[in-house]
Parts: sequence; C-alpha cells; structure tokens
Amino acid sequence: MNTQTPVEELDHVTVMFAGDSGDGMQLTGTQFTTTSAIIGNDVSTFPDFPAEIRAPAGTLPGVSGFQVHFGSVNIRTPGDSPDVLVAMNPAALKVNLTQLQDGATILVNEDAFTDAGLKKANYTSNPLDDGSLGAFRVIRIPLTTLNREALKDVELDSGGVDRCKNLFALGVMFWLYDRPLEPTLDWLSQKFAKKPILVEANAKALKTGYYYAETAEVFTTHYKVKRATHLPAGEYRQVDGNEALCLGLVTASHKAGVELFYGSYPITPASDVLHHLSKMKHFGVRTFQAEDEIAAVCSAIGAAYAGAIAVTGTSGPGVALKGEAIGLAVMTELPLVVINVQRAGPSTGMPTKTEQADLLQAMFGRNGECPVGIVAPATPSDCFTMGMEAVRLALTHMVPVFVLSDGYLANGAEPWKLPDPAGFPAMPVKFATADDGEFEGYKHDSETLSRPWALPGTPGLEHRIGGLEKWDVTGHISYDPENHHHMTAQRAAKIERMRVPDAVVDGDQEGDLLVISWGSTYGAITSAVEDFRKSNQAKIGHVHLRYLNPFPKNLGEVMGRFSKILVPELNMGQLCMLLRARYLVDAVSFPKVKGRPFQVAELVDRFRQAVKG
Amino acid sequence: MATALPLKKKDFVSDQDVRWCPGCGDYAILAAIQKTMPTLGIPKEKFMFVSGIGCSSRFPYYMNTYGFHTIHGRAPALATGIKCTNPELMVWMITGDGDGLSIGGNHLLHVLRRNVDINILLFNNRIYGLTKGQYSPTSEVGKVTKSTPLGSIDAPLNPLRFALASEATFVARTYDTDVKHMSEVFEQAAAHKGVSFIEILQNCVIFNDGAFEEQVSKKVRQDKLLYLEDGKPMTFGKGGTSGLRINGFDLETVSWAEGEEVPADVVVHNASADNSTLAYLLSQFDDPLPMGVFRRVQRPTYDEAINAQVEFAKSKKPADLASLYRSGANTWTVS
Repeated sequence: MNTQTPVEELDHVTVMFAGDSGDGMQLTGTQFTTTSAIIGNDVSTFPDFPAEIRAPAGTLPGVSGFQVHFGSVNIRTPGDSPDVLVAMNPAALKVNLTQLQDGATILVNEDAFTDAGLKKANYTSNPLDDGSLGAFRVIRIPLTTLNREALKDVELDSGGVDRCKNLFALGVMFWLYDRPLEPTLDWLSQKFAKKPILVEANAKALKTGYYYAETAEVFTTHYKVKRATHLPAGEYRQVDGNEALCLGLVTASHKAGVELFYGSYPITPASDVLHHLSKMKHFGVRTFQAEDEIAAVCSAIGAAYAGAIAVTGTSGPGVALKGEAIGLAVMTELPLVVINVQRAGPSTGMPTKTEQADLLQAMFGRNGECPVGIVAPATPSDCFTMGMEAVRLALTHMVPVFVLSDGYLANGAEPWKLPDPAGFPAMPVKFATADDGEFEGYKHDSETLSRPWALPGTPGLEHRIGGLEKWDVTGHISYDPENHHHMTAQRAAKIERMRVPDAVVDGDQEGDLLVISWGSTYGAITSAVEDFRKSNQAKIGHVHLRYLNPFPKNLGEVMGRFSKILVPELNMGQLCMLLRARYLVDAVSFPKVKGRPFQVAELVDRFRQAVKG
Repeated sequence: MATALPLKKKDFVSDQDVRWCPGCGDYAILAAIQKTMPTLGIPKEKFMFVSGIGCSSRFPYYMNTYGFHTIHGRAPALATGIKCTNPELMVWMITGDGDGLSIGGNHLLHVLRRNVDINILLFNNRIYGLTKGQYSPTSEVGKVTKSTPLGSIDAPLNPLRFALASEATFVARTYDTDVKHMSEVFEQAAAHKGVSFIEILQNCVIFNDGAFEEQVSKKVRQDKLLYLEDGKPMTFGKGGTSGLRINGFDLETVSWAEGEEVPADVVVHNASADNSTLAYLLSQFDDPLPMGVFRRVQRPTYDEAINAQVEFAKSKKPADLASLYRSGANTWTVS
C-alpha cells in the first residue's frame, strides 16, 4: 500500500462505471463488485443498459453504465447517487452528470475528450476546460494513451489493445478503494484460458492501472471500506432478480416432484427468465418460446391442465394480451404462475426503465370478477423465495398467482446466501385418480377450495372443462343465476383463504407515521426509515408487503396503530387506492414515475414533511 | 376405471345434450368421429379434444373423453402445451373458419409449422354461426351477410393453401355429408405422426345453407368431386372417364371415352412427394374439387423434440439444486 497517500475509512461508497456500450463497463462493474464481495463488503448493483442494441459509438444513446454500492454496513440499494463516476468518454459524462451531487469525484479518460468525441456527445465546449465541472473533483487520466503504452510489447492489434483500457480503469479503482487484484486475475485466466494473449494483455492493463494510481499521485487520498459484519456466515453469490426467480421456480418444481413448463414470448425486461430456464432442462424444465404473448400463456394453461407446474412470464404489455387467457385459468381453476417483470408504461413506455404501475392490472385487469393471487418480491434475492411462494399458492388453491417483479429487481443484483435445498419442505401434489370415489370435476376442498387436479390420460376421469360457467361440484355448464353468484364468491374466497404471513412492522410498532410499501422499493424505503429514525423523534414504522392479494390478515390492525399512513410507490398511488378502498383509512400516496427507483434522501424528506404536516 | 377395449361408439358419447341447430353438418362430423375413434385401438383416457370458440368448438362437450373448450382462436396453443406435457395423449383440435383462420390464424400457422403431433379438424362453413351470421375469412367476395349488407369486399382464404404454406405435414379435405369418406380421412390423420390438418366442408343450415351444395350434393358429386388416392391416377366423373393432367404450371381436366385406357398423362397422386407443388396445384383446383389427402410427409415432431432435449439434458447432468445455485456464478464465503 502506498504509505505516502493518506487513507480514509468509509462506511459505504457508490461507484458508477460508464462508457460506450463497447467499452466493457458491465464487465468492469461486475469485477469490481465480485472483488468487493469477496473481501467481505455488502454490495448492491444496478446496470443501466442503453435502449439501443448498437447505438453509434460515442453517442449519448450508446452509453452503458453499471452502478455498484458497497460497504461495511447493510447495503440495500445500488446507491442514491455515485460518489465516483468513471466516465470513459464525453457521452458517459454527460448522461450521468445529472445524477451526481456536488463534491463527487469524476474520473475521466481525457483522451476521449477530442473535438470528435465532444461533438458526438453534443458538447459545444470541452467540459474539462470550460469550468462547468467546478462543483466536482475531476481526475483526468489519459487512459487510452497510458494503456497503449503499457501494452506496447503485447502482440495484439490496436483495437485489441484499446479494448483493454477498461481493465486499466478498473486497476485505478482497485487502488483507490484498496481492493486486491487476484480475483480479477484469476477470472481472466479462466475466461481467456484458450487465448493466453488476452490474459496477458488484460492482466497487464489491470496491474498498470493499479500501479499508475499508486505512483502518479493523481489522488490525494485513498480509501478503505471494511468488511461488513452483519452478513451471516455462509457461502454467497451475486444474484439478480430474474435468475433468482428462476431458481425459486425450479426449486419449487423439484420439491413438488412436478416438472415445470414455461411458455413465454421475448420481452424486455423479462427475457432473461426464458434464457435462464432454458438452461435448466436437466430439472425437467420445458421452455416454449411461443409465437406471441397469448400463445405463451395458453400453452402454459394447456401444460397446467396436463399436469405441469405451469409458468408464463412477460412484462406489462404482455400481461395486457394475456388477460383473457388468465381468466380461462381462473374459470377452469388451474394452477398457473404469471410473472410480470414490470417496466415503465403505458403502451411500449420506457422498456428498459423501472416502474411498479401494473398492480391494479394484476388485481383487476380481466373481464368479469376474476381474482388472482398476487405476490411481490422485495429484493433481487427475494425473487427466489417469492417464486417458490407463487408456486405453493397456485398449487394449493388451483388458481393463477401473479409475481410482480420489475426491471429494477430483474437486473439489480445483491449477495445471496446459498440456501440448503434440503431445508425447503416438500410441496406435496395430489393428482386425482379413479380410486378417489365418484369423480366430480368441480368438487371443492372444504379448506383450500381447490378442485381436483385430474390429468388427461387418467383412466376413468374423462371430463370436460372450459371457460363457460360451471355448476359447482359437477363442473357441467351452467347459466343458473344463483350458481353463478355462488361460483363468483367462491373464486374470490379461494384467494382470501390463501395462507400468507402476517405483516411485520420495522421500526416503531405504533405512533405517528406508518410507511407502507411493496415490491422493489423495499431497500430504499427501509434505509430511509432507518435514516429518519436517527435524526427524528417522531415514531415511524414500516410495513413492506410481499403479499398483495390477499393482504396479510393483520394489516388493518397494524394500520390502526399509527396516526398517519404514507404509501410511497413507483406509480400514481395504486396500492394506496387499494388500501383506502379496502380499509377505509386515510392513506396518503407518495408517487414517483420517472423510470427510476426512489432515492433514500427524497424519502427521508417526505417522511419529515409527513410527520410535520 | 378404464373402459375396456375394444371400445364402441357409445363409449365416446357424453351425457350432454347436443345443442347444434337441427340439420347442422356438425352432427354428421360428430357421428363420424364417434364412429372412428373406437377403431383406433387407443384407450379412451388417452383421447383429448381441445377446441376454441364457435359452433364447432362445442364439440368436446359431446365427446365422453377428456375435453377442453378454451378461448377464441387459442386452441392450438393450449393443445401444444398439453401435447408437450403429455405426448402420449392423442389430441384432436376442433376449430372453424372463424376461430382457426381469423382470430386464431397466427396460432394455427405456428402449430402447423412446428409439427406438433395433433389432429386439427377445421369445420369450414364460410360463415360465423354462433354470432349469428357475419361473413368469415373463407366467405366469397360479394357475400351478403348481416355485417356486409352490400356484399363482402374481403378476399377469402383457402384453408388448404394456408396449411400447405405453413408447412403442415398432413393436409386433407373431406365433407360433412359423407361419413365414410370422413372416417377414412380421420383414420389416416390419426395414423400420421405429426400435425394433421383436415378441412371439413360443413353446411350451416341457418346462416349459409347450401354452402357447398354445388359440389357436394348427391346429384353433382360424381362430376364435381375428385377423390384423391395415393398411387392412383386422378380420375373423376361417371365411369371415371375424366382426369387431371399437367399443362404448363397448372392442372387441367381431360376426358376420354368409356372403356378406353386412362391416358398416360393423367397425374398419379403422390401425397408424400418432398416437393409440395402438386398438393399446391390441387389446392387451387375447384372443378372438380379434390377430396382426400393432399399431402403427407414426415418431419420430426415438436412434442418429441422438446421432450428429447429434456431427456438429453437429464442424461448429461443430475438434477442437483445445490449445484444449480452455484452454476455460472462466482461464490465466496463469509465466515
């Protein structure tokens, strides 16, 4: 370690790596994250992909970013705003500058700030020279030149050499935050095992960056972030929400002893669910890339009928198309998991940006009285648990269950303590047989209100089902008015009878303000409540709902313990509307629809206002 | 309990009253299916009837087998999910010209090209019956219906050409007033491994009575229909003295005197030709109107392939959750 430079200790830091999509920023961020996790920090990450697949190099739409928040304390979000922005070109600077707070550090590749580079980013003057960055600490490093110099003896063409400059930048950041190079060096040897020249070049770039930062005195300070002490002992990995969800679904399928069928049509940000599950065929997973969203859900319903754990996954626009078919699954009382990885809407909206504005769509977005179960994971790794829960509820009650994830959970990643699969209880599934006595297709279990799951191919249980209203018990077609009223109430009762855990209040158990949230806002709101309590005497509690239909049984009672209720949501107040309608409480909405998650600071401000006003 | 083999027609009759209009062509189709199914030697519980929405889609309720009356146009997708999950089922899909070619056209295209091993019966009556008389995608131009008081301006679709262009591996046509011919075609469809598409010309007594009268009525049938038989010359008419021959890029009719040999240039039917040109030419021909199997070729089925991939993957890797959780990820230990 450089003894010349003073070392400062920090609890947590947010770094944004940003560059052109071809600059390898996702890889750079991932390596920085992995290394931080390995040395014991808690971490949370979020990638910011460009909407365009291959935008012209150096332009604003081509900027790709990766934000990592790491610390010795409990890290619940990828960070409000970067403490350090690594900008590989002018476009990356311009796109991310608005996120920075005064005093933030900007590390730029000054070689990229040429006339041509500035023009591509629509800069009329060079921000490095025109004083516009006066509020920030700007570190200018000629990354391209230094990297070329470092690799001048490596037998690689100039394009190949320049592609290593992200590792040079990573080396600089490793020195700045006192992280070891070994994990990345090991990774490089594995990644490029068949191309030793690339191992050599990238390793050299990484090390040179590190030593450059150490010796060139470009930084006045460097930092230490100690290992986190709150993480339980065990084996960990980074996991994003989409992958965690798939692992949860497959775990449930394995525990139920029933193979999984996934019918889906590619859509951002849900496509990775299809990609992951298609690699899990050794667990008996059948994936079907359908011709459209409707075929995707219908194939899953067919699979459910034939005896699979059936799942369809999409984003909001796809759910809009699937509505009629989900009604068929409600009417035919078949288990179905519907994943909605929400994105900013309506219509095509902002596909790569996050929002949680499909709650009411999940709740009511079908013709007729058509209730479904709804669960919502709180964090990327919670997608694992809630994926399992969705399967459990769907199987127990023979009903569709929605999983409301979103782009922020899907692409955000956090450490996940690998669970022991033996620790999960079996999910017993009973298929009807002719030995069960006289078969009646719509005879409902007195407790769960589920009907028999009678698979085609079973001797003696031949029966017909469909979307027409049925007589209770027999399942024959019925237009009887009393029966329709009864069946409608029974379908609603199925959902109400789902066993979901009670709501837990974090913070004060009663008092001035109860904050109620759901979905991906968990991290920001939990951190904000914690921050608020450090500086404010008001009594504040927080309930985060992972079950939205039905609500936890104690929710009404919990709300009654607080004088005010605030519901922050990344929509215009959908949960708030449900709470007001269901419980007649004066809940107040704190809406935000900017395609971005809540920031801790803006939440704390709003809490202050709420307890004052 | 399983119903003992051999099965009889009555084993396939459900306890539900049939509610089609008196005189509807659907009755004869139902009878032909109930007559043919017991002859296939398949246990009753393996039969699965899936339908969409429309008059024809009521069909599953009348079959004492497993049945799923789904939603408008989507039966192919449900049938795909069912067949992929349980390939042992013999799946019959019932649809109509509206359900299959209008709202469900996209799904029909894709179930055909994927070659999912199911049998599709498309009841074509060239009209919307259940919604009480609007024109359909197979209605002729100029047709006056409730929604086209001045005549339809939509160009109609030919179901067989749709199926052929969708790379269906078995394509046939039959009609509702010939139970024997229907049964023969159904038997061949059942025997075909891969998707089978059968257009059934069907009369709607209420909204499009006499839809195919000019071709299928007993009076004209002999001259207006051509029964395709593999390996045999394409002949028709009284005494079989007319036939089809190739002229340039088209087919044309040719006649000869009774007692004369069938001319050498009369085309011999070959449904299994790799090249679909002959089937396509036949699908464009309407006087006489060909009946029977136009095309029958072999291609791997989707349901087998999806299951083969799963079996292959299982043979390569054990289903171990603990290693699944670690796969593709860097792990580290917090102590």
